[in-house]
Amino acid sequence: MVEERMNTDKMWITMGPQHPFSHGLWTLRVHADGEIITDAEPEIGYLHRGWEKECENRTYAKIIPMADRLCYSASMTWSHVFCKVAEEALDIEVPERAQYLRVIADEICRIQSHLMWLAAVGTDLGNLTVFLWALREREFFLDLNIRLCGQRLTTNYPRIGGVRNDMPYYFERDCMRCVERFETVGLPEIMKLATDSSPFVGRMQGIKYLTAKDVANWGVTGPAMRGCGVDYDVRRDDPYDAYGEIDFEVPVLNKNNPKGGDAYDRFLVRLEEMYQSCEIIRQAFQKLQSIPKEAPSRVKVPRCIPAGTHMAKIEDPRGESIMYLVSDGTEKPWRLKVRSPIFVNVSSSKHMVDGVRIADVPAIMAMIDMCLGETDR
Amino acid sequence: MGLSILDWIVFKNPMANEYYPFGDMYNLPYEIGYKLSEIILGFVAWFLNLFVHDNLWSQWLVSDVVMNVLAIILLVVVIFGVGFIVNLTMIWEERKILGRLMDRRGTQIGPLGYFQCLGDGLKTFMKENIAPKAIDKKIYWWGLALVIGTSVLLACMVPLSGRWFIADYKVGLLILFGMFALAPFLILCAGWAQNNKFSLIGGMRAAELMISYEVPMLIILATSCLLAGAYGINDLVQFQNDHLWFVIPEIIGFFTFFVCAIAESERVPFDLSEAEAELVEGWQTEYAGMKWGLIMLADYFRGYVACAFIVLLFLGGWAMPFAGTDTWYAEIWFLFKVCAVFAAFVWARGAFPRVRTDQIINIGWRVLMPLSILNLVVVVAIKLMGWM
Repeated sequence: MVEERMNTDKMWITMGPQHPFSHGLWTLRVHADGEIITDAEPEIGYLHRGWEKECENRTYAKIIPMADRLCYSASMTWSHVFCKVAEEALDIEVPERAQYLRVIADEICRIQSHLMWLAAVGTDLGNLTVFLWALREREFFLDLNIRLCGQRLTTNYPRIGGVRNDMPYYFERDCMRCVERFETVGLPEIMKLATDSSPFVGRMQGIKYLTAKDVANWGVTGPAMRGCGVDYDVRRDDPYDAYGEIDFEVPVLNKNNPKGGDAYDRFLVRLEEMYQSCEIIRQAFQKLQSIPKEAPSRVKVPRCIPAGTHMAKIEDPRGESIMYLVSDGTEKPWRLKVRSPIFVNVSSSKHMVDGVRIADVPAIMAMIDMCLGETDR
Repeated sequence: MGLSILDWIVFKNPMANEYYPFGDMYNLPYEIGYKLSEIILGFVAWFLNLFVHDNLWSQWLVSDVVMNVLAIILLVVVIFGVGFIVNLTMIWEERKILGRLMDRRGTQIGPLGYFQCLGDGLKTFMKENIAPKAIDKKIYWWGLALVIGTSVLLACMVPLSGRWFIADYKVGLLILFGMFALAPFLILCAGWAQNNKFSLIGGMRAAELMISYEVPMLIILATSCLLAGAYGINDLVQFQNDHLWFVIPEIIGFFTFFVCAIAESERVPFDLSEAEAELVEGWQTEYAGMKWGLIMLADYFRGYVACAFIVLLFLGGWAMPFAGTDTWYAEIWFLFKVCAVFAAFVWARGAFPRVRTDQIINIGWRVLMPLSILNLVVVVAIKLMGWM
């Protein structure tokens, strides 16, 4: 009787679309018993722009800048995956120089994307210093983007059959300075506030263990998956462009741990990935020196793509991004399907936040690094 | 009396006033208020006297009763004004230090960015003042008024020195602490009344917080009183001046109290009731416009009181080493100490992320509580050995 009057039921709390924790327009409706979450459902669709349909009305060359806009902080990889699927369809080989340039551009993009993520983790956990320091470091990499392709975020750099331009003079020097500074000064400084700070770590440690099996079944990819023990990275296991010739490690935590990984493991994987990206950039520049500067960085490609279906996948900063192209032989795609890593990751958020506290939701959801542009398309 | 204005504006010793409210204690803001009321009332009385010579109204205006009443009102205005300026300075201090910590510039308007918070206040004032339909109106407005009211009153009740106080009470610390501890309850009510899930959870968290750190805080407060053998703030400061600042014998208590004070003033490592990443703005979610601005201001008043508590209990209040408690700069010295403690608060805000509810209860009961009892044991030992 009392319960009836007082309505002591559990309540649905709508976190979003304008909630500070949801980076972008999406909603996580959580069913809370006090502070404990018993159920959750993500809702997306606020940012749907009909991206795939729009592509059907554009020539292949015009899709490249659109692919940039799929995710503002991973523009390089998204235009890369589009160019790659077109190259698969045309069955052309990208010049070696362009392959290395793409690798370098991708890794710069990965670092700046991960720094954006680190900044977001800072605000989610309530520490604005981490936010501003990470953005400060990110600025150096955005400056590299400007040097390379004239834009900070929507870079429009890869082309079908190569890259838009070769690297400018002194780019290697600038890039290596920036990377070395980042490795030795920039990231360790931020880590003093993050991994070295027990309250910061305490917010993530022991929060929501996810087993490798679960994660694989949900289709989660990227650092979130590797932190839980699934050893898979497209760059290493299905190398594209010049990744096959570069020697790097794929950070994987809890590989044989039946318990899986917690939010902190997923946090650490992204940090280590940034160091590995620096290593990849370094090696790519070394390999580039053996290729003459006069070598082409782009090949001419026909305007129309022969009919057929093609698929390309690359390792996005957030996971495995796939584009599936159905071509009817004209200059426009008949259908272009995007497999966005975040779309899949966020659909498993129901399981990810099950049984945790409301205070843990930002910490957990931060680890999949939401980007709504690619999720809603 | 004559026609000259100087016959009417006569500066007398305020303590010679028949109704002087502070007994034999000298009160500086009262004297400022008294001087001001002598000028104001003297001028009015002189002006009336120009028209009707030797009228009773003029005589009454410069009498002891009216002087005293106006002086007391002006005393409150002076104390609040100084508190308000201190508050603005602390907001500015926080934003500047935080800017430095975060590698940005901080506030920019005015000299060294000092006027930024005035601009922000104006901006919040311009915002639409929305109150949702389904609120519990009475509690919504009373909760707001009381949260702000108690905070401002509290800030005014803190004495800045032996001569700068609003009233002389022998159990000053207890009254201060009682008022200070009222806010979480009011926040709970205000959070409940807003008919918003985020505010409700924020209010509940305030209550959750309250039970976890207020007990150690009170224990340490009692320990300090035990050490000084008095509840009065003046006595406490005098004792620290005569013997030793309590930060040395009570070093454990100092750090414990520091943590508790951050929690009590709901600042960043412990601002669970308004954790913006989880709860939008916590219990303040439905307070729009200037209501929120006033809450923010009240937050800083409470931050000021928390710092003042630390200074009074551990850092010797306004006592200056080798100069005693009766220096001419006692108020400035006290406020300087408060700002220094507040800088440490800001430092904590810049360095730490927000802790979780279960973590703060863990900290409260498993760390702060034993530490505060340990502190009590140390102080009892000191007392028993007769060292202080």
